[in-house]
Amino acid sequence: MTADLSMTKQAADRLFQRKRLIGFGIPAVIAVYLVYIFFAFDLPGLAQRANLDNAVTLASDSWSHKVHVTRDNRSGDIRYAVEGERKGAYPEGQRPDWVSGDDIITIDLGADHIVRYLPDNRTEIDIPGFSLIEVQAEGRRLVSNLPEDLPNWISASERRIGIITPEGRITMTGARTEVFNYFPGWELFWFTLDSPYHGQSLGTILFGDRVVAERSNIAGALSDWWNNAMWRHKDVAWAIGETILMAFLGTMGAAILALPLAFLAAKRFSPFMLLRAATRRLFDFVRGVDALIWTVVLARAFGPGPLTGALAILITDTGTFGKIFSEALENVDEKQIEGVSSTGAKPLQRYRFGVIPQVVPVLLAQILYFLESNTRSATIIGAITGGGIGLMLTQAIQTQKDWEEVAYYIVLIVVMVMVMDWFSGWLRGKLIGRKE
Amino acid sequence: MADISITGAPQSVDSIQSSYMAQVHRRRLYGGLTLLIFVVLMVSGFNVADDRNAGGFWDGLHQIGDYPADVLSEAWEKRADLPGLIAKYFPALIETINIAAVSTLIGALGGLFLSLLGTRGLAKWPRMIPVFRRISDIMRAVPEIVIALMLIFVLGGGPVPAMIAIAIHTAGALGKLFSEVSENADLKPVEGLASTGSNWSQRMLLGVMPQVAPNYISYALLRFEINIRASAILGFVGAGGLGYELRNAMAWGPGRFDEAGAIFILLFGTIVFFDQLSSHYRNRLTEGQGH
Repeated sequence: MTADLSMTKQAADRLFQRKRLIGFGIPAVIAVYLVYIFFAFDLPGLAQRANLDNAVTLASDSWSHKVHVTRDNRSGDIRYAVEGERKGAYPEGQRPDWVSGDDIITIDLGADHIVRYLPDNRTEIDIPGFSLIEVQAEGRRLVSNLPEDLPNWISASERRIGIITPEGRITMTGARTEVFNYFPGWELFWFTLDSPYHGQSLGTILFGDRVVAERSNIAGALSDWWNNAMWRHKDVAWAIGETILMAFLGTMGAAILALPLAFLAAKRFSPFMLLRAATRRLFDFVRGVDALIWTVVLARAFGPGPLTGALAILITDTGTFGKIFSEALENVDEKQIEGVSSTGAKPLQRYRFGVIPQVVPVLLAQILYFLESNTRSATIIGAITGGGIGLMLTQAIQTQKDWEEVAYYIVLIVVMVMVMDWFSGWLRGKLIGRKE
Repeated sequence: MADISITGAPQSVDSIQSSYMAQVHRRRLYGGLTLLIFVVLMVSGFNVADDRNAGGFWDGLHQIGDYPADVLSEAWEKRADLPGLIAKYFPALIETINIAAVSTLIGALGGLFLSLLGTRGLAKWPRMIPVFRRISDIMRAVPEIVIALMLIFVLGGGPVPAMIAIAIHTAGALGKLFSEVSENADLKPVEGLASTGSNWSQRMLLGVMPQVAPNYISYALLRFEINIRASAILGFVGAGGLGYELRNAMAWGPGRFDEAGAIFILLFGTIVFFDQLSSHYRNRLTEGQGH
């Protein structure tokens, strides 16, 4: 009796020891792995490579816009443009109200920061708490009265002077002088400056007199907004449509292809071992090749566009669906099939009334789940194959200046995914009833 | 009396039959309509996609095999170099796997907290449950590529942007799956621990984790599988690893197809290997559950 007890105690001690070992061992292994990653991913070097200026630009540009006042030092022309783009240029004879003067152009950046464009390519910059800066452009060189030791918000060389103030930026080169004035908000989101509806209040557009005699206000405003050259609402809507289309065609096409193949792969319904094994290897193969490689391969055959993306999703998901469907088919209840066949049903009818009703809820749930998940994949695949909102996002990021557009696309993508998530959940509830 | 019952019975059978047939007809009509709408959507969707694609479907169909054939034949001609190339790209493969592993690890940890804090009965601050759920919804909805591209701009190329991007998405996705599991956890051990005066983290670690660990690990393994694919794809947009090498190899075009071939083989082998490995362990973890 005592021997038994001490044996049990020993066993229990051993068990505890093992548990303790595991309890300390697993976190220790993870910690060692993370240390290895710390050096393998060169995290110490990351601080040098990271560009914090980029982060600041990204953060401030995503919710603000700037208006450029540019003087061409050769011709003496002055242009006013939102974000310096031709699409955002002020029409001839118009300019922002913080610019005044005819021979001497005075730009009031706010908080007493004033820039004056004088004749003969001279520029005066008046910044509170700093002496008046005078710059003269001579050919490709700049002559200025800047002192030797400069504060860190001014960078100056013979060719280029840059001044960054909280109110705006000033850049001067021999060829041109530019002032950037920053404002919060997304500029010209509704109408570009050349639209007659720019600057009209919502009330005027909805209830007021016609702004343009030929068109009704609402139709005109809608069409000007839809064709806004700066934000390209029409293209964005098409791109989102393309992305959802890729996900829809890919998911549904894969489900249609995978269902008959799943019957071939399920032990219950496929008597030939070879055929079964072949179908399963096919599923494994198309799944293993992965959407990335399929996209690359298909883009060679079909060119860039939504169809390529849809086909890449279709092929990959045929493998995934095939696997899931065949597992569902193997788990069907024999009794229902027996019941149906006892009424004299032929094989096809047995499948239709004995098998399909059992597996449909499982299949539908999976298909709808993949529809949502594929909307996300379609965004990524679109960035590679060149279609949909993914492409617009990568392009906007690669140009590295329209961060407000990047922010807009990101918001749209997140909303799109959440709507698809909600929609697939709603449809699942309608079609197969809620869980619980 | 007898007359009535004799004449009554067929009538009621008739009426039952006719109402049954009417129901069947209505169901067939609805089913047919749904099918019709679905077919119309598919066909018109296909046509729209075909129109907006650079190359047409029917023109491209017979060219599908061309590129893989070119790559494979060239790789086969230079098969002597293949082991060398595979060795050359092996470090990139390791990087891809590392990105997936670390992001799964970090994401699983984040998902763990999100799920425990977002589950009724377990949450530390019950009023904050909706907040944590929304956080995990948003983290789940942001595609990896969005965060990766932004971080590449700030941090420069390399594995770290991809790692962070995948980890964020993983935390959201696992947060949801985990909380579905922990909703079904038995609360009695938690109450028992609470009665001994243990704090929240002790209750979670000792009362909840032992119950849910097998399912959690099984979901995390599934996620690891998915993340390997994601990390390869993100490499393609500049985040290091095998995808990055693949893009470079593809940009060289013919003559260097052997390199693309070697990368294809590595990627395919890795995905299949980890798929099999994780499904093996997942089956072992969830054995004897649910049935």
